[in-house]
Amino acid sequence: MRLLVLAFKSMRQRRYAVALTVLTIALSVLLLLGVDRLRRQAHSSFASTVSGTDLIVGARSGPVNLLLYAIFHVGDATSNVSWQSYQEIAALPEVAWTVPISLGDSHRGFRVMGTTTAFFDRYRYGAGNRLGFAEGAPFGDLYDAVIGAQVARRLHYRLGQSIVIAHGFGGMRQMLHADKPFRVVGILAPTGTPVDGTVMVSLAGIEAIHVDWRSGMRLPGMQISAAQARTMNLTPTSITAFMVGLKSRLATFAVQRAVNDYTAEPLLAILPGVALDQLWNLVGAAENTLRAVSAMVVLVGLCGMLTALLTMLDERRREMAILRAVGAPAHAVFLLLLSESALLAIAGIVLGVALLYAMLAVVRGVVQERLGIMLTLSPPAPGEWLLMGAVLVMALLAGCLPAWIAYRRSLADGLRMRL
Amino acid sequence: MNLLDRPPLLVCRDLRFAWNGLRDVIALPRLEVRRDERVFIHGPSGSGKSTLLSLITGMITPRIGNITLLGKPLSHLPATRRDRLRADHIGYIFQQFNLLPYLDVVDNVLLSCAFSRRRHANASLAGSCRDEAERLLDALGLDGAALQRQRATELSVGQQQRVAAARALIGHPELIVADEPTSALDTDARDAFLDLLLAECARHHSGLLFVSHDLGLAKHFDRMVRLDAMPQTAAA
Repeated sequence: MRLLVLAFKSMRQRRYAVALTVLTIALSVLLLLGVDRLRRQAHSSFASTVSGTDLIVGARSGPVNLLLYAIFHVGDATSNVSWQSYQEIAALPEVAWTVPISLGDSHRGFRVMGTTTAFFDRYRYGAGNRLGFAEGAPFGDLYDAVIGAQVARRLHYRLGQSIVIAHGFGGMRQMLHADKPFRVVGILAPTGTPVDGTVMVSLAGIEAIHVDWRSGMRLPGMQISAAQARTMNLTPTSITAFMVGLKSRLATFAVQRAVNDYTAEPLLAILPGVALDQLWNLVGAAENTLRAVSAMVVLVGLCGMLTALLTMLDERRREMAILRAVGAPAHAVFLLLLSESALLAIAGIVLGVALLYAMLAVVRGVVQERLGIMLTLSPPAPGEWLLMGAVLVMALLAGCLPAWIAYRRSLADGLRMRL
Repeated sequence: MNLLDRPPLLVCRDLRFAWNGLRDVIALPRLEVRRDERVFIHGPSGSGKSTLLSLITGMITPRIGNITLLGKPLSHLPATRRDRLRADHIGYIFQQFNLLPYLDVVDNVLLSCAFSRRRHANASLAGSCRDEAERLLDALGLDGAALQRQRATELSVGQQQRVAAARALIGHPELIVADEPTSALDTDARDAFLDLLLAECARHHSGLLFVSHDLGLAKHFDRMVRLDAMPQTAAA
């Protein structure tokens, strides 16, 4: 205890060097914990992009591929699911609900998704959160559209805005469905999922803008007006994919097998959680690199501490000789130096954690809005305590070096004062 | 109990020591200090004065010979026991730079009590250790609360040496060892310091082992011991 007091007073004397050392450790701890927290919360945000959905069904490709185009709207489906297959699977006795997804069009860089109003009831993200409307309501009319929060923010759209949907995802001028404009009737609250960057219309709406199109081209000489389209049969012939909710989760694998063995056309059913994990593993390499870099930064921080302690050792020989002369045993010299390392590391860790929370408090709003990652101000997780403990243990191990040198010197010097 | 029956304070016999195992820097047949005795050790530089003091305080052990402190075989005890004996029974004064710069004057004096339960107990006989430290500082001419709360580095060299004397004396150690404590002082400060040190040693019945190359000081002591420079060997 008295050694801690001595160490504390001695460090107070060298407060500028000590403050810099503590800051170095604090910044490295900030980076280590910050990267870890961002990684974990990015993972949990990502893993809960879709929740409450038991299966996602699309044309047969790969699970990650299906997940990417159906949920993340990355890439395109190689083929579609016929409306008839969709109807038959939706009618299976185990199936409680289905939400069709029809993709392929865009609006100013944002994907347009044809679906039903069931989407707004059934889609869940995070810990079972429902989609909320910031303004307006689900689409009711054929030419109504609901836009995600990011679409509204980027394009400065309000309710009542008229929008024109482009064919495909290139935004080329000549491919606009300019004859059938849509009207924004609802704006969703931010979710941090791909829904934020999506324009949602009814399946019939998607069908209506394509009635005079075949194979991605406007049929020459055929012009069906928006009003005329209303009178036509707008049941789609195919959709891109659909989400399935089951009456009992116990039936998940049975239904999955039934879909995968479906004979009329090659289909694939995936469990969203499993596919999300597979997708996350793909980006795991980058994640590990980030962790390795932050671990290296901690090593750099501890090297800074060692440098500070070692350079101060020479000018502190007198201090050690005085302590030895008043009867301090040589191991007290060792412990004094070691407790300085401990105090430096603890101060650095505490400051680092304080900086982390200060930073989280400042940036969480922006991160949630821009990256869709929900940063929580929760107390340190067990993994984070472990990281902090590891930093402390490494600091103590590193601190043994100056402590050992001071110990050896104080034995060798005796009472000769070397200045 | 007759004073003469008690073992002498310090007995050194046939000491030999070499720092790096090459050449003995000290070869002392016999040195004895009795309780209350004031011994002046004189020797030219290179005669191993500092080495002798390291041996007597148990910081190092002799290659040959033995040292007995208060009847205990100091030179043959393990290091932590030697550290304990030094903390309990020896007050040490360096040539200069005696004080920890980050402690105030009183806390510097109290360092001796921090590492010795015995001296802590002795010093708190008449109140607290802090009272005793302040009393000693007063007696050594460093009076006033303002001065005693000052950082050690703000004092003059002469004042610093007197603080060191107070630290050596607190808790009544039997032996005070001083390594040229006046060499950094001017004549007036030197005489004042020596007077105060001798008076306080007498009052606390502490033996004093005082090393100096200044023969003019020898007259204040009961006895003088000469350390001779070790003869250079032919090889060296």
